[in-house]
Amino acid sequence: MSQMIKVGMADLNICKSPNAITTLGLGSCIGIAIYDPVTKIGGLAHIMLPDSTKIRNNSNIAKFADTGIVELVNRMVRAGAGRTRMVAKIAGGAKMFEVSGTDTIGSIGEKNALASKKKLRELGIRLIAEDTGLNYGRTVELHCDTGEYYIKSVGKPLKII
Amino acid sequence: MGKFTFDEINSMYFDVLREIGNIGAGNATTAIATMLGIKLSMEVPNVKLMGVQDLNTAIGSEEEEIVGIYLGVQNDISGSLMFLLKMDDAHNLVNHLLGRDDAYKAPFDEMDLSAMKEIGNIIAGAYLSALSAMTNLNITPTVPYIAVDMAGAILSIPAIQFGQMGDNALLIETSFGGETVFEGYFILLPELDSYDKILTSLGIML
Repeated sequence: MSQMIKVGMADLNICKSPNAITTLGLGSCIGIAIYDPVTKIGGLAHIMLPDSTKIRNNSNIAKFADTGIVELVNRMVRAGAGRTRMVAKIAGGAKMFEVSGTDTIGSIGEKNALASKKKLRELGIRLIAEDTGLNYGRTVELHCDTGEYYIKSVGKPLKII
Repeated sequence: MGKFTFDEINSMYFDVLREIGNIGAGNATTAIATMLGIKLSMEVPNVKLMGVQDLNTAIGSEEEEIVGIYLGVQNDISGSLMFLLKMDDAHNLVNHLLGRDDAYKAPFDEMDLSAMKEIGNIIAGAYLSALSAMTNLNITPTVPYIAVDMAGAILSIPAIQFGQMGDNALLIETSFGGETVFEGYFILLPELDSYDKILTSLGIML
């Protein structure tokens, strides 16, 4: 019987096949899924901000792309995942309001996506799929039996990447 | 007084926010009656402090569709303001505004979205003029933007803003009455140094 593990905002967790792991209502946040296809161990982080070093109050590791991804990888390794086999898929980082010019809420989604990709590159984890940007919310599920990343949005067909 | 952090918030600040909310609500009632010709009373029953991570479920479940209206805030302070409605309440409001039957629940069209942006603008203007009056600061809204989407996705915006300042968020519940009864939510998001300005002007010590 497979279970669905839920990850909240500024949160992360790991799962093993046949379970799946989900996070709901990604707006400008990014859902980073990492997977080892041999051990079928997966992890999902729901991050809100790009860089923990830019924020004074930065004790919540899962809130930031830089610290969240590192922690997720560490947890997966401790559970038996193979570091060199890991691949990543990311989703989210939408621009929820069509603001113009200098308003920072217009660019935070993109910044989160860029920071996530940067950290994955630094860790040598290959990004094999992404569904980021545009202007709508996403709910995601990482299915640890197959490594598939399901992406659901209001009024749109299911996307599997 | 040191630099403001949300985590040191005290009950006096809550009372002030509620007070500003009620005054703003009063202004909004008058403004709406004058500009739109409909009778709508507003009051602020509650100001809630919560963890940033809980904001995305504060209005309903993360996947529940809601309407979010976003406005920037400018002049003496900078930041933003959001006004949020559940779908049924949004339909009721727009139907009331446009003189349509209560039962009309078709997806929002351009006119509906425009009407909601306008209401958001009026309510924000009213709230900010109450805040201006109490603080003696010049505070006005900018252009309104609207999104209709999952609550979690829309609330990620204020969550991220609050998240930059710490781990807490503030939600102002507003209930509307008169010919139709419904509820909305306000989130006021000044930039961090604007919070200091507001609190200093209000004479609140932390």
